[in-house]
Amino acid sequence: MNARVQALAFRGWWEDRATAAREARRYARIFGRNAASVAGLGLVVAFLSIALVGPWIVPYPEDATGTVHLDRKLEAPSRAHWFGTDEVGDDVYTRVVLGARLSLQIGLVITLVAATIGVPLGVVAGYVGGRLGEGIMRITDVFLAVPALVLAVAVVSALGPGIVNAMLAIALVWWPGYVRLVQGKALAISQESYVEAARAVGVGRLRIAFVHLLPNCLSPILVKASMDMGTAILTAASLGFIGLGAQPPFPEWGAMISHGRNYLPTWWWYSAFPGLAIYLTVLGFNLLGDGLRDVLDPKSQS
Amino acid sequence: MTGYVAGRVLALGVLLFGLLCITFAISHVIPGDPARLAAGPDASEAMVQTLRAQYGLDRSLGTQFVVYTRGLLRGDFGLSLRSRNTVADDLARFFPNSFELVTLSLLLAVAVGVPLGMLSAVYRDTWIDHGSRVMSVSGVAVPAFWLGLMLQLVIALHLGWLPLGGRLNLTTELPPPITHLLLVDAVLRGQWATLGDGLRHAVLPVVTLSFPALASILRVNRAEMLETLHQDYILNARAQGLGGLRVVAKLALRNAMIPTLTMIGLRYGWMLGGTLLVESVFDWPGIGLYAVNSALSSDFVPVMGVTLVIGFNFMLANLLVDLGYAWLDPRLRRTAA
Repeated sequence: MNARVQALAFRGWWEDRATAAREARRYARIFGRNAASVAGLGLVVAFLSIALVGPWIVPYPEDATGTVHLDRKLEAPSRAHWFGTDEVGDDVYTRVVLGARLSLQIGLVITLVAATIGVPLGVVAGYVGGRLGEGIMRITDVFLAVPALVLAVAVVSALGPGIVNAMLAIALVWWPGYVRLVQGKALAISQESYVEAARAVGVGRLRIAFVHLLPNCLSPILVKASMDMGTAILTAASLGFIGLGAQPPFPEWGAMISHGRNYLPTWWWYSAFPGLAIYLTVLGFNLLGDGLRDVLDPKSQS
Repeated sequence: MTGYVAGRVLALGVLLFGLLCITFAISHVIPGDPARLAAGPDASEAMVQTLRAQYGLDRSLGTQFVVYTRGLLRGDFGLSLRSRNTVADDLARFFPNSFELVTLSLLLAVAVGVPLGMLSAVYRDTWIDHGSRVMSVSGVAVPAFWLGLMLQLVIALHLGWLPLGGRLNLTTELPPPITHLLLVDAVLRGQWATLGDGLRHAVLPVVTLSFPALASILRVNRAEMLETLHQDYILNARAQGLGGLRVVAKLALRNAMIPTLTMIGLRYGWMLGGTLLVESVFDWPGIGLYAVNSALSSDFVPVMGVTLVIGFNFMLANLLVDLGYAWLDPRLRRTAA
């Protein structure tokens, strides 16, 4: 008897897996049909690979640590220095490549912190509702009524400049987007019959919220997180450019552009290449996010 | 409709109060010791104490909040910690410049983005469409400050077609203020040379600031037009012999404009934030540059002033968008009122 149950359970599991694999293949087909999504995936994979192996593939790894080589400052792009050198003779190519890892960290920290704060609040606001939910949404509205960059600059002006403060400031103004997204989704799902069924058999509110609702909100959260990786990196680079974010010798792209600005137009490569890196990275995450949305959440709009 | 408007205005008041709580929290709670931050790293304890008393920072947070709110209601944004100027005066001086920059950028973004989105939808999968789509994905990914620098590099420095930055040439005559909007005043005073110089200085910052907005307006308008063009009433209009662009412009665009309007409102907010970057690049004397320079010297009082002004403007824009909705879509008017 026991063996029979086990065999049945195994068959069920095996068939689920087969269905899941079929689903995955279908998703991959939809995703692959769109050239832009594939290009986005390619850019993101390239960015992640560069971020991971950066320190081992750059020609001058020490150039991101504040070394000075005055004998080779502001050299034009050449075979030895693909992207030229900056005002202290550091290799711009090395610094751009190492900047990928820093940008990845920045993007991940901001997105994770924002989602960790925003998603639970959104579930509570959407499902539990009541005065608490109302309060959460009003606070969210206020944050969403001010451009994120402005609020982030305001927070950094009080905390003082620096890469950690900049990340903290951006994360602090980033979570309301997740609240708004998850609240709407949770509200819609809470009308579904399976949630009603769970309620009917006496499942607790918190359990319904986090075991039944949350997993069904994951697709739009994932889509938003992919988009946010790009936007968060762009915002952090903006703070770096203003001078409130990463400080030298951190190889942060925005700060590099800001320093290179003083050497235009003759030494154009100094700010041109880090900007190109930001552009391609953000483009990749945006296109990937679009592609994921087409697959996972086709009904929603941009 | 009156009830609808009143409700929206009330909601604006609540949002403003919320924003005020945020700026208060940032300026009075986060720094731990705002007086020490204001006095700078080399200040003596006595100087810090004087500042603390002068700014009322020795009183309870509740009292400080009341004082802060009462001041703002009177239009008192506080004193800059560095220059000792009243922030309200500085804001009044710099705001018109930013207002002109953002308004021109918004006009450009709408004037190019909406028709391009429309054409892109009508001539789907042609070269217009492909070009527009490349533009729409690039626009939101390209860092505005970098785009500005590259435009400076090519158009101002290499080709020498346009000035590098600033609002006017040093030798250009300033029009006596009427509206405090430089370009408008130049027109009103008939100072055409000043107007020309002002416009020449405005081209690059306006293009830079409008590009991301243009891209997303284009994108939304294209998507909406594609959807609308397949609706029955459009097919019906076509079947009855109404041809080509007339149908598109008169019937489809009006419906596609509703989501586009939301995007325009959202992007207006982004542009207000974008002034911080674009004004820094082009040395444009607006509130964005003012906020950045203040933030760089840890002078958070002006930064809070700019945050409030930008927040208020964004809220106002959203209010106008909501009212625009009601105008475009009568159904909303009835249900909301």
